[in-house]
Amino acid sequence: MKDFMLLFRQPNYDYTNTSREEMQAIGKKWQDWVGGIAAQGKLVSHGPRLALEGKVLKAGGVITDGPFVEIREMLGSFILVKADSLEDATTLAHGCPAIDADGSVEIRPLFG
Amino acid sequence: MEKESLKHLFQQEFSKMVAVISKSFGLQHIEIAEDIVSETFLQATETWETKGIPQHPTAWLYAVARQKTLYYFRRNKILETKIIPELTIMQEKDQEAQILNFSDENIKDSQLQMLFAICTPAIASEAQIGLALRILCGFGIDEIAEAFLSNKETINKRLFRAKEKLRTEKVQLELPSENEIANRLDNVLHVIYLLFSEGYYSKTQNQILRKDLCIEAMRLALMLTEYGRTNLPKTNALMALMCFHASRFSARQTVENTVILYEHQNTELWDKALINQGLYFLNLSAQGNEISSYHLEAKIAYGHCQKEDTPAKWEEILQLYNQLLLINYSPVVALNRTFALYKANGREVALIEAEKLKLENNHFYFILLAELYKNVDYEKVKRYLHKAHSLAKTQTEKQGIQEELDKLG
Repeated sequence: MKDFMLLFRQPNYDYTNTSREEMQAIGKKWQDWVGGIAAQGKLVSHGPRLALEGKVLKAGGVITDGPFVEIREMLGSFILVKADSLEDATTLAHGCPAIDADGSVEIRPLFG
Repeated sequence: MEKESLKHLFQQEFSKMVAVISKSFGLQHIEIAEDIVSETFLQATETWETKGIPQHPTAWLYAVARQKTLYYFRRNKILETKIIPELTIMQEKDQEAQILNFSDENIKDSQLQMLFAICTPAIASEAQIGLALRILCGFGIDEIAEAFLSNKETINKRLFRAKEKLRTEKVQLELPSENEIANRLDNVLHVIYLLFSEGYYSKTQNQILRKDLCIEAMRLALMLTEYGRTNLPKTNALMALMCFHASRFSARQTVENTVILYEHQNTELWDKALINQGLYFLNLSAQGNEISSYHLEAKIAYGHCQKEDTPAKWEEILQLYNQLLLINYSPVVALNRTFALYKANGREVALIEAEKLKLENNHFYFILLAELYKNVDYEKVKRYLHKAHSLAKTQTEKQGIQEELDKLG
């Protein structure tokens, strides 16, 4: 089996108007989804979640606030999984809550 | 004193005496220590049979063991050349007292040090459990063989190799340094956990032996909670876990061994005192930030100690299993997680997840699938139960599955 990274992006991470119950429901969806991958013994590691703020450094010393100004979707977090092929890894990504939030999952094989 | 209680006394004193003698003369002489203690018991049995049991049997045992130990080591000149020069100069009588000190405190220290010595990472875990059963719990070789469903010869060989390893690795009878103790403690806790599991999920049908294994594991963990540096939240979590499991020990005995065990249990047989004891340790385990797998398993076990069968309870258990899988994947946890998913989120969700597990060699997997298709697809239930039956390893398991099949008609 090979290792793959699943990167989660969402257009929006603003949960200020989301009720506590809804937040809990979202948290549960993520936990159940990752738990499902772990139950198959295919979770390699659970990456950290990224905070909303950030900076981008570009050539010429240009620094901008956050990557989200130019990219429609912002990277929120990632996990490492193992699968037999890119297709299998993509199958694992099904049901990811980022997709329910109009986001996406990018599936990339790791070298090595 | 009856034969049973005499056996019990010997079993209890065995580990204390071996630990104290080994502490004085070094772990490399552990086999001598075992022999001396066994000889002491033999002499006790013979003497007590004719003269009656002395007023203080343990004091009698300690005195005889001391005599035999000093005699042995004197004869072998180990006493003069190795031990005495290391002691501070004292009156001869004091030296002997210092060499073999059977005070409660020294017994406790020696046993704790022995626990750490046996749980050295240098020894394979199966051998660690065997050695712990022999040296720390005073089990006989035949009992250990029965617990492992093995024979005396294999166990003897295994123990011999483990003791050889203690010698070649020069394992010392001492507590690890302050920095190292937390690391080494993980291994100690794991061995205790395995010891308990060996009893709780044992292959043997001998119920007394199984219960003994669980009690001994709990006694060792309790010892760790009584010593400041090993009394960590995870130690208490392990203690809580064992209390909750043990509380259902009697209820478990009458039912077959399946993943959905607790469903069929008679809750009247649960031991309420042990559940409360477990809660006490669970509270103590909640200090600090670390969440070990013992914490999660203890909370799950506590959930199973509650009679209510509500989706909310199962939701909590599901989330605990999700977390546990992130720390520790095992097929059993994956199956239990899927069962919790079924109870919390319903059959359809669980079926999709169960199909993905593909644990085709695991009979519990097919028992779970059969459970999920119950009242939905009769043919599938039958097929999966047959599959589980052919994969089941023990007669009891096969029998339990057969009963389910018979119910189908």
